[in-house]
Amino acid sequence: MATPKKEIPRVGVFVCHCGINIGGVVKVSEVVEFAKTIPDVAYAEANLYTCSSEGISKIKEAIKKYNLNRVVVASCTPRTHEPLFRNACEEAGLNKYLFEMANIRDQCSWAHMHEPEKATTKAKDLVKMAVAKARLLEPQDEPEIDVTPSALVIGGGISGMTAALSMANQGFNVNIVEREPELGGMLAKLHMLCPNFEDASKALSSIVDAVKSNQKINVLTSSEVEDVKGFIGNFDVTVKKDDKPLKLNQGTIVVATGAENFEPINMYGYKSNENVLTQMQLEKLLKTGDLRKPDKVVMIQCVGAREEKGRQYCSRICCGVAIKNALIIKDLYPETELFIIFRDLQTYGQEYEACYTEAREKGVHFIKYTSSNPPEVSSNSEGKLTIKTYDAFLKEMVELESDLVVLSTPLIPQKDAEKLSKILKVPLGSDGFFFEAHVKLRPIDFATDGIFVCGSAHSPKDISESISQALGVASRAAIPMANKHVRADAITSIINEDLCSGCGTCVRICPYGAIQKNEIGIAQVTSVVCKGCGTCAASCPEKAITMRHFTDDQITAQALAALEG
Amino acid sequence: MEFEPKIVGFLCNWCSYAGADLAGVSRIQYPPNIRIVRVMCSGRIDPDFILETLIHGADGVLVMGCHPGDCHYIEGNLHAERKAKMLRNLIAETGLEPERMHLEWVSASEGARFAQLVKEFTDRITKLGPSPISGENPNKVILENLLAAKRTAGDFRLRVIVGRERELVEDKNAYGEKVPQEKLDELLSEAIKTEYTRNRIYNMLEKESLSVRELSKRLDLSTQDVLTNIVVMRKKGMLGVERIEGTTPIYMSLEVR
Repeated sequence: MATPKKEIPRVGVFVCHCGINIGGVVKVSEVVEFAKTIPDVAYAEANLYTCSSEGISKIKEAIKKYNLNRVVVASCTPRTHEPLFRNACEEAGLNKYLFEMANIRDQCSWAHMHEPEKATTKAKDLVKMAVAKARLLEPQDEPEIDVTPSALVIGGGISGMTAALSMANQGFNVNIVEREPELGGMLAKLHMLCPNFEDASKALSSIVDAVKSNQKINVLTSSEVEDVKGFIGNFDVTVKKDDKPLKLNQGTIVVATGAENFEPINMYGYKSNENVLTQMQLEKLLKTGDLRKPDKVVMIQCVGAREEKGRQYCSRICCGVAIKNALIIKDLYPETELFIIFRDLQTYGQEYEACYTEAREKGVHFIKYTSSNPPEVSSNSEGKLTIKTYDAFLKEMVELESDLVVLSTPLIPQKDAEKLSKILKVPLGSDGFFFEAHVKLRPIDFATDGIFVCGSAHSPKDISESISQALGVASRAAIPMANKHVRADAITSIINEDLCSGCGTCVRICPYGAIQKNEIGIAQVTSVVCKGCGTCAASCPEKAITMRHFTDDQITAQALAALEG
Repeated sequence: MEFEPKIVGFLCNWCSYAGADLAGVSRIQYPPNIRIVRVMCSGRIDPDFILETLIHGADGVLVMGCHPGDCHYIEGNLHAERKAKMLRNLIAETGLEPERMHLEWVSASEGARFAQLVKEFTDRITKLGPSPISGENPNKVILENLLAAKRTAGDFRLRVIVGRERELVEDKNAYGEKVPQEKLDELLSEAIKTEYTRNRIYNMLEKESLSVRELSKRLDLSTQDVLTNIVVMRKKGMLGVERIEGTTPIYMSLEVR
């Protein structure tokens, strides 16, 4: 749906030496001379560093002096430097979407260091391609959206409560939705915390009290999120409380739904022998003081975790939990003999490693097994347990008798994680936990603006890690709420209503639910929900969808420019 | 002079383009033949772009996206895969080597993998030689066929099947039924063959009005095949009779939409 161009493109091309990074391989002056011959290029120059303050002011000067209406910078990657150059354009009065980059460093000079001729040819082509796209670029607007200064926290465990408190203390209203009748989550089921042996109930009650007494926090227990519509700043949330629907308008959403404990049905005699427990059940016995003195206890690690197929991940916290519980039993009953049968021991961090050392000092035995030779547990008629296992250090089978076998099982995703992921339109990873926007750079954001994740909903975590993430999330979510408005992305799709046949293909394809049919059956995009992937445009049977800033014409022109000459 | 293939890459911003950047940052060297076009998601890559690029003489087109499960936009890459599957089938009909179009997954951390894949693809295309429709004397038959293929890929029918594949195979329809994958693949390849044949007829008649016999000769199709399709295409309003010579109708293409 290209509107007729009113203005003739006047493209300015700035080719960066990047010191010797580009200039040492690519003949920059040749590229500049070549750029001047490309149709619609009004000006071209070389810079030592285009991204330096000198380079930036040269761009701004040239825009004014040569009346440029498009800018191309041939330098590094748009993934790092596009925002900088776009700002320069904007400061010179040019819409920042009238800018394009040619990546002649990361994808040219650095990758073809020993072929300067060919690298120079490629750099020219990349500039030509960027100009071909730039000529067709159109200015875009980033609409401003108001943000409701209130957050929804899903999950009332330690992560959710911490995030809620932090946001409330910053002055924002918070609604906590908790499925259970009480706050607390998994922490409520624990005895003592690793690594400092603090009483879990004390730690919990202080934060529960703080949450309950905070005027800014509204706690909805026995409640579940039923539906979420809308977008950052304006989520329309339906919560079901005591079977009645409750409507909330929320600016941001925090997913803090935690995890469940894996139940190892039919593994190592669990359920068929009452002396085979999970660590979670052991915690309960320790908490209530119901653990009678055992002569021997054997703990088996990685039960149902790090599988070849199925749950492939390491649950991280189980090694620490086993060592902590072994130490607690040692404290209670010093004569009890303890064995921890492990595949690989992961006591990461200083404190956990210290617990491990302490356990060794106190005589807890550690036996390493291998995944090809897992332990076997059998019981005789009196219920006595026999554990046969391969010892990878002795390189032979060993046999142990025990009163109690404790299985260390992983945290697994909540059963309804998938349901919630569909309601929120945020992804789950291959292991079924919520999946962040970027594994390194955006660890607590979702790709969807205004929705964040913390705690074990994301992956198995201990309390301190959950708290750190919760505090991180609270500050991330506070940014749009404090600003009171956000700028929506301009790179979104638009529908040509004259061409739309109402077939609904795009409605089904959009992963964010950004496209709906209107009252006359024609597709309509809610721009602020659209994330700009463009799959709808590439799939529309009537070719009725235009992807802003990545139009069919622009992409084709860029590709075909590579084949000219 | 040694043959230097012209290769165009369509890469998604989040994984594969980042992987290409990482290859550079790591100073991993690979052949300089590829020219990369960045899109936000591999799902954005319309079959049209790939066919248009091949029609203009690219020796190879490399499409890259995030690994399944890693897509920044949840599953745009899987849509890209479905489009690639359709394209492979369609290009195979034209006489152009289908391996000139290739799809690969590269993550942002796989700089070495990116370089390796580009090297392998460049080597393969070098071995394959120049595209038959590049250079001074392009193979006119294949070029015509590709133009028909482009029209085919742009048609409603194929775009609907490809666009709705996930929904048809994975979700239940209004009647609570799912379409088995094999069944859908069958439907797709049948649709590709039929629509491609019709577009060849259409393109041929666009240039020159012809009889069934003449069409059958020029397109190397049986008269029965040509006639069956002409009947359908007339009903769809794609063709008309220009004149009748003796008793033989001479057909012409009509402008569609």
